[in-house]
Amino acid sequence: MKSIVIKDAKILGGAPADILIRDGLIAEVGHGLSGDETVGARGLVALPGLVDLHTHLREPGREDAETVETGTRAAALGGYTAVHAMANTEPVADTAGVVEQVWRLGQEAGRCDVRPVGAVTVGLGGERLAELGAMADSAARVRVFSDDGRCVSDAVLMRRALEYVKAFDGVVAQHAQEPRLTEGAQMNEGAVSGRLGLTGWPAVAEEAIIARDCLLAAHVGSRLHVCHLSTQGSVEIVRWAKSKGWDVTAEVTPHHLLLTDDLVEDSPVGSYNPIYKVNPPLRTHADVRALREALADGTIDCVATDHAPHPVEDKETEWAAAAMGMIGLETALSVVQEAMVETGLLDWAGVAERMSCAPARIGRLEGHGRPIEAGAPANITLYDPSARAEVDPAGYASKSRNTPYQGRTLPGRVVATFLRGRPTVLDGKLT
Amino acid sequence: MKRHLISAADLSRDDALLILDTADELAKISERSIKKLPTLRGRTVVNLFFEDSTRTRISFEAAAKRLSADVINFSAKGSSVSKGESLKDTALTLEAMGADAVVIRHGASGAPHRLASWVRGSVVNAGDGTHEHPTQALLDAFTMRRRLGSLDGRRVTIVGDILHSRVARSNVLLLATLGAEVTLVAPPTLLPVTVDSWPCEVSYDLDAVLPKSDVVMMLRVQRERMNAAFFPTEREYSRRYGLDRDRFARLRGETIVMHPGPMNRGMEIAADVADSPRSTIVEQVANGVTTRMAVLYLLLGGADLGGEIQ
Repeated sequence: MKSIVIKDAKILGGAPADILIRDGLIAEVGHGLSGDETVGARGLVALPGLVDLHTHLREPGREDAETVETGTRAAALGGYTAVHAMANTEPVADTAGVVEQVWRLGQEAGRCDVRPVGAVTVGLGGERLAELGAMADSAARVRVFSDDGRCVSDAVLMRRALEYVKAFDGVVAQHAQEPRLTEGAQMNEGAVSGRLGLTGWPAVAEEAIIARDCLLAAHVGSRLHVCHLSTQGSVEIVRWAKSKGWDVTAEVTPHHLLLTDDLVEDSPVGSYNPIYKVNPPLRTHADVRALREALADGTIDCVATDHAPHPVEDKETEWAAAAMGMIGLETALSVVQEAMVETGLLDWAGVAERMSCAPARIGRLEGHGRPIEAGAPANITLYDPSARAEVDPAGYASKSRNTPYQGRTLPGRVVATFLRGRPTVLDGKLT
Repeated sequence: MKRHLISAADLSRDDALLILDTADELAKISERSIKKLPTLRGRTVVNLFFEDSTRTRISFEAAAKRLSADVINFSAKGSSVSKGESLKDTALTLEAMGADAVVIRHGASGAPHRLASWVRGSVVNAGDGTHEHPTQALLDAFTMRRRLGSLDGRRVTIVGDILHSRVARSNVLLLATLGAEVTLVAPPTLLPVTVDSWPCEVSYDLDAVLPKSDVVMMLRVQRERMNAAFFPTEREYSRRYGLDRDRFARLRGETIVMHPGPMNRGMEIAADVADSPRSTIVEQVANGVTTRMAVLYLLLGGADLGGEIQ
């Protein structure tokens, strides 16, 4: 394998330095380094390869929306070197067989490590635990378990899941949504839902489950991860749980850091456009402020995309009939730059922590989220924060086009991504 | 006026008054032996009804026909829609047929907004989910004006399931535009949690509000709400929020009683209240045709009516 030297990259936004990559590892960081090949990185920020804790790759079952191949292409273009593939596929990833299949598809695609998430309950049914141990022991080495899309609402089942996964250092990633409080819910319950006549999705439906789960995790001494936190109240509960020393982590999506529920009423793409329909729903400006502050102060540990591809026909409908979700792998870093870096809330070291180191730690993913220093696997993202471009999903690698940012100008551009020393993206294009 | 009538909020005060004044003119026609005007000859109005509503569909159909428009009734039941055709494909079909206006009734809030982004013709919202029903608000305002004169400063009380009522949403917006003072009365479970941001007052106490009211509008209570624990029993609802004979007797002499229909007699309104001379319920139906004529006429480019009516 030829050696590569990345010249003049600002590691975590610091002073320019060279990074020498050899045999998949970072051989040296310094000045005046040379290698078989050179990648110029003047003006670019070098980050550890991004890690997504929450990705829907849709395969098996909905290959019309996304496949492991197209989803990992999108991930590489977004600067990701590892993604966690959510379990709500068809069939559900609730057995060793399915998680190994997804894991193998990721290996074959080769652009990004794919770590399957296992379902907590059989068929996401919320009634019986899936064979969590078998998934943990499989070739896919599952450590994150989630019924994402559904909430493990049964308190006893949740308690058992939290306890059980301790045996293999797993974590339950809860989709916090009290089902009875959200029957038929369409959007955040607030002034906008009241005017639009759309059934409200109250913040308390999320917060009540998070509070319960934090208490359960404390009671049994387990690790809890809260998926896509979306409200100010959720932030306060997680902050309180952490102040107790409980092992609770949380993620926020890029869209919840930038978009608000008033877009459902009035946006450049009209009223009631389901491009803004997502679970959990877009919330209010006050929620967005609280989420940004919580991500800055570490109450929220990481950014996770909840990349949720859907075919056009599932979005070009009336609001109630539309699918919930947005794609996000190819815009995540840009959105975080706009919401967190340009507002002064995070520096690039903070972005690296929230988008690479913390998610790798939570997912127990070795080899990712490591500092850019000699001896670490060469998982590196080179990013140009000075670029600006209008979002146009026509050129996206994802099979789906359901981005809420179309037509919006976002900062930054992923220039190169290296997976264990091999470039998966160079000059903003897949290799 | 805007090209579409989707929300009562689309109407400025001038727009709303123009529609009501036009409806006044058109009402004169319905008193003539020949009730038809040639105004919309050659234009096509499609009634696109995804929900059963014979009353509203017939009202729009009569309105369009009295203006000599060609009317196509497209009912979702038994059509390609029930075979899974999407709203977008239906819209493109109507577009290909050259619909000048599409009157849409749909169970999903916001369906008319989506339709308007796919067709060139005017879209008239004939009720979308739990969102709005602007022509109902217009015909209600028309009815109030005929009975009471100007709506400025008039006190209108709307009673019932506000949370799920498209009639209430459109009425609150239109009546605020027209200068009336609206009070909503309902059990707290049937009000949006953010109703304090609406341009109206809110009360849980019907008896406190009734003596001050110029208009009392009773809304239908859907029986399926019962099973969802919005209130304990039908009888309790009726006792606390129904317009029974005792409450009716305490109204001021000139106060009118309205209901958009269909009524649950004995539930939200007592039978003899509904049938009293101060009830406008039958007038509302007649006024519906005239008001919808005015809306179609103005949306489809009618200018001055004067010459045609003379």
